[in-house]
Amino acid sequence: MSRVFVHGLGAVSPAGWGVSPLSEALKQGEPLPTQVLPRPGWEKPLRIRVVPASPTRPAFLAHPRLRRAGAMAQHTVAAALEALGTDAARVQSGELRLGVIVCMMAGGVTYSRRFYEEVLRDPAMASPLIFPETVFNAPASHLSAYLNSPTVNYTLVGDDGMFLQGVALAANWLACGRADACLVVGTEETDWIVADAVRLFRRDTIYTGGAGALYLKSTPNGAMDSPASELAMVTDSFSYTQKQGRADAANKMRAQLPVAAANELICDSTGEGLEHHHGVGQRLTPKAVLGEAFVASAAWQCVAACDLLRRNEFTAANVNTMGANQQAVGARFVSARFIGKPL
Amino acid sequence: VLFSPAQKNHPPARVVVTGAGVVTAFGAGWKTNADGFRAGKTAFRPVTLFDVSRQRTKIAAEVDLPESLPPTSLSAKTQSRLNRAAKMLLLAAHEAWTQSGWEGGENLPVVLGTTSGEMTLGQEYLRQAIDSPRQLKRQATRVAFYQVQRQGLDLCDAFHFQGPVTVIANACASGANAIGHAWETVRNGSAPKVLVGGYDALCHLTFAGFDSLQALAPTPCRPFDAERNGLSLGEGAAVLTLETLESAQARNAEILGEIAGYGAATDVHHLTQPHPEGNAALAAMNAACASAGVTPEQIDYINAHGTATPQNDATEAIAINRWAGAYAKNLSVSSTKAGIGHLLGAAGAVEAVVCLMVLRGQWLPPEIGVNRIDPACQFPVVREATDKKIEYALSNSFGFGGANASLIFRRWS
Repeated sequence: MSRVFVHGLGAVSPAGWGVSPLSEALKQGEPLPTQVLPRPGWEKPLRIRVVPASPTRPAFLAHPRLRRAGAMAQHTVAAALEALGTDAARVQSGELRLGVIVCMMAGGVTYSRRFYEEVLRDPAMASPLIFPETVFNAPASHLSAYLNSPTVNYTLVGDDGMFLQGVALAANWLACGRADACLVVGTEETDWIVADAVRLFRRDTIYTGGAGALYLKSTPNGAMDSPASELAMVTDSFSYTQKQGRADAANKMRAQLPVAAANELICDSTGEGLEHHHGVGQRLTPKAVLGEAFVASAAWQCVAACDLLRRNEFTAANVNTMGANQQAVGARFVSARFIGKPL
Repeated sequence: VLFSPAQKNHPPARVVVTGAGVVTAFGAGWKTNADGFRAGKTAFRPVTLFDVSRQRTKIAAEVDLPESLPPTSLSAKTQSRLNRAAKMLLLAAHEAWTQSGWEGGENLPVVLGTTSGEMTLGQEYLRQAIDSPRQLKRQATRVAFYQVQRQGLDLCDAFHFQGPVTVIANACASGANAIGHAWETVRNGSAPKVLVGGYDALCHLTFAGFDSLQALAPTPCRPFDAERNGLSLGEGAAVLTLETLESAQARNAEILGEIAGYGAATDVHHLTQPHPEGNAALAAMNAACASAGVTPEQIDYINAHGTATPQNDATEAIAINRWAGAYAKNLSVSSTKAGIGHLLGAAGAVEAVVCLMVLRGQWLPPEIGVNRIDPACQFPVVREATDKKIEYALSNSFGFGGANASLIFRRWS
């Protein structure tokens, strides 16, 4: 297995477009304001956090593939391009083989809902333009098309922990030479149908959407960039099964992570079970500020942790991901200052 | 752990299949399906699962599910909540698991490919949420059991696995990508064994979607026919147990075949249409050959993606012609979608099992209904039941979004 370095970060969140507004919101630590989302057939609206409009129209929307693409694809591409930085041009020119892994749980629900509503009205008149956008891998496909990248491209579907499974898969691709670099994106979109479904399980949860991206390479030094951090480990994925409940899975995941020291960060998803665990490091819980966005939330955890490492605020960060209904997975990143030293 | 820089790089292990389970419109089980594919049967009939009166096409290859599921550790309550996709997946997994002779699966990884999981439940959820927004009965159960990770976790509970569940949703290449990912996982030493499969059930949303694209044929599909007029949908599941050759031999397991190579590439031409020259298909086949250490001249049979849409088959034919060159005329090619339809996320997994059947039985699955072969095909399309010596078989799977995957299987003797 080779070493893996985080060379770029990207985010679109209810805090805004970019890593900076995300980090600033988390630094403030106050839950972001909520907005109302009409719920058809019910006078009481849902409360969610929406991604604000981009301050300027992103140039990538001029690409033929992205003109019709929904919010999910747009957020995916925006986060990916921010993470790639100047390397986007190297991918587009064919100089760099980029593996793409896009992870999600709910997927492109807005187009799926719209299409099925059309089917219910009259299946003979359902739109052929919408149907292809309902497919899970449409955002990943648009991203590869925009980057003109023929290299391998996977879409992984599962709960929050799937983002870290994606990071581990990227590490494998780098190790076996399948790609020169890898982009891992976690993405979700807001729609009343998902917010309504979330409410069935957790009434106080504020649903949101957006995307987060990590850009990974197996080399620490680039001509134009320097890595934010190094991926020190991804724990096993501990599934929630009849024999292994959430608490058990959480304990096993945390047992694989080193105990966080005082100058290290614990970036957790829900805080679940942390009262018994896990070191004296400072805690950061992005969901408390941003809301619930499943796989995108896990991506924001990693982005936030790596951004704090990039700014030398911590020496290492443990990311604990307790997924909604599938798995507990953790990861550890160490600061760029320690690259080259034994992990 | 899933990743650590300290993990050692292992020399690539040989990966073999020691269990296979399959459910298609031909029925459940290896023998039933092998008989169907070998004879070139077709399983299309009028759709009964949902109303197609307003659709252009009214046929599909539906699965007749058995009245009861095989005994597993799933509770009766959980079993009662399983829908078609989960039931087909469980049936296939039970057959593969039983055949493999594996015992225990504490940390066994489960890798699945699907396009829509249990979409029928998603449809029911949406319909009720729109029609009766205040009626919440069964809605939480629908949400929970609709999600694709639920079907993976059901397998864990059924067979007492606790390893990671990974679901790859690369459209119609999902099943092949899942097998490729599982193959790489075993090959590189990340896990000694993996349970892998693909599954998809017919549902109204998908049927209407393909119909809206005018991609569905009103009559049973005829892959590579010069007058083909679209695809036919089907449903099903297939599951394979993969392990290292060393592990299989150590326990004297029956080996069904070896997975020798895997290649994947992305077609960036269009969301639903392949590049007219088949560049990504060619890249996937070349990558599969490179990883298997074989040349096109060593491949005896291709189980083509062969959906029978005008564009797919033309493009795949060009890609095969380019890949094989002068050797194309010696190849044997067929698409088993002619018998059971396009199984979407299950297609790659079911067609992997077909390749294992072909290698074990040394026969070719014919397309009986094809009348006149598209002149673009510089290779013979198998049109009658034939015996042939086959050492290597290649399976192609291509999907929306430009997902292209090829797998190479080798006979085990």
